[in-house]
Amino acid sequence: MESAATPHKSELRKTPLNALHRRLGAKMVNFGGWDMPVEYPSSGGLIAEHQAVRASVGVFDVSHMGDIRIRSGRRPGGALAAVQHICMNDASKLAVGQGHYSAMLYPEGTFVDDLIVHRLGEDDFLLVINAGTREKDINWVRENTKNFDCVVEDLSDAYTQLAIQGPRAVDLLRKLTDVELNGIKNYWFTHGTVCGLKNTLIARTGYTGEDGFEIYVPSDVASSEKVWNQVMEAGREFAAVPCGLGCRNTLRLESKMALYGHEISDKINVWEAGLDRYCKMEKGDFVGRAALEQARAAGLRRTLVGIEMVDRGIARDEYCCCNQAGDAIGVVTSGSPSPTLRKNIALAYVPPAYSAVGTVLYVEIRGQKCKAQVAPTPFYKRPKKAAAPRES
Amino acid sequence: MAYPKNYRYTKEHEWINVAGGLATIGITDYAQHELGDVVFVELPKPGAKIETAKSFGTVESVKAVSEIYAPVAGEVIEANGELQNTPEKINSDPHGTAWLIKVRLTNAAELSGLMDAAAYEAYIAAKGKEASA
Repeated sequence: MESAATPHKSELRKTPLNALHRRLGAKMVNFGGWDMPVEYPSSGGLIAEHQAVRASVGVFDVSHMGDIRIRSGRRPGGALAAVQHICMNDASKLAVGQGHYSAMLYPEGTFVDDLIVHRLGEDDFLLVINAGTREKDINWVRENTKNFDCVVEDLSDAYTQLAIQGPRAVDLLRKLTDVELNGIKNYWFTHGTVCGLKNTLIARTGYTGEDGFEIYVPSDVASSEKVWNQVMEAGREFAAVPCGLGCRNTLRLESKMALYGHEISDKINVWEAGLDRYCKMEKGDFVGRAALEQARAAGLRRTLVGIEMVDRGIARDEYCCCNQAGDAIGVVTSGSPSPTLRKNIALAYVPPAYSAVGTVLYVEIRGQKCKAQVAPTPFYKRPKKAAAPRES
Repeated sequence: MAYPKNYRYTKEHEWINVAGGLATIGITDYAQHELGDVVFVELPKPGAKIETAKSFGTVESVKAVSEIYAPVAGEVIEANGELQNTPEKINSDPHGTAWLIKVRLTNAAELSGLMDAAAYEAYIAAKGKEASA
């Protein structure tokens, strides 16, 4: 058999926790030019990590994510105007302390990247972007905001970013901070002391479909390792485990969260990706808007659907989808066994005529046409919890 | 996990154990470890011919699809049907109950081109060093 891991090259970029991951015995892979843990055999591997996040809590190093700060220049309003111009969601609706999912678009209405916009202050925004698109994104932001009265700063290397994810994430983090975590709503953030580090950004965000937090700590190795170790120690009573990018992918796939280069790319527009509710056409002009108006008038040629396999076989990225007549009609963007559902699931682009739930499709797996059907998405939705108990 | 002394090994991490003209083939402990949680196995049917260094099946983990290459040429006598329902056995017992196929060898002389346990252990140790460099 061929080795699953990509060979390591010295030019791969490393997060401040790289040495720690290696000490933990993580399996490392090349992810978008980064040397990242894909799974930790000491955690029990990918499926065990996945289940820990669904059932209790898991901890991810996501320091490879990029961070771009945009602040107003001489006068107020410049930063907001710039963000409104380059992002499709309506940042004017954000209160200070609030974030939302958004995306930067090309003039064609396709994706530069998806991101989270946090409003740090009236005139101060933080854009959290993908690792594989960092340089492209920062160049794009600089180029497209140069006519605005704003200051753009690349803070990507300033932070070690940890994602603490799962229903017990709040109980874990509560042990390490003085912040009243129940006061932070989903997609909001605050600053507070975490592991003795003052003014730490704590956001109630994640990429797993579970409740959870992402914390931003200084990127020096000593602080990074100290925080990681304290988080793991605090998580011991909840059986917290280190989690790699392998389960990050299965978790986000079950929750139908897009991955750049798969569900979204420079070839796919907002309507096709089904991200309409994050795209605010009425907010005024922004890069990509005109093309999206045209695309809307022209109608959809393909749309993103969830599918689950009926026959034995696992649909994988880039496999072909066929109709019953055997004609190629679409392509899988992400596919994997679902550890939660114990089914083989996938996301795929198909013509709208094939998008109704229950529609039979065939996925071509190594020359064999394997039966599948369109399934409701998200595949997994976390159970609604009763109001969390108040901290005393 | 120990690598049985009486097996022979390939650079692609298959093992082969020959007894009386009949060979049993599987993937090594190193291979299952690299793959992670095995969730799916696809094997040839009895009667199928396998060709040296050509793919005869696939083993899939959650994350990846891996081709399995034939250490030698031969005819498939039996495929391990139990793996269809319990592919995870490949993680727990790769050198034993999780064998993949039994094969009648075309040319037993091919075995001499494969590594013995000591050579294979040295081979994967060198790979490990490469990875952590």
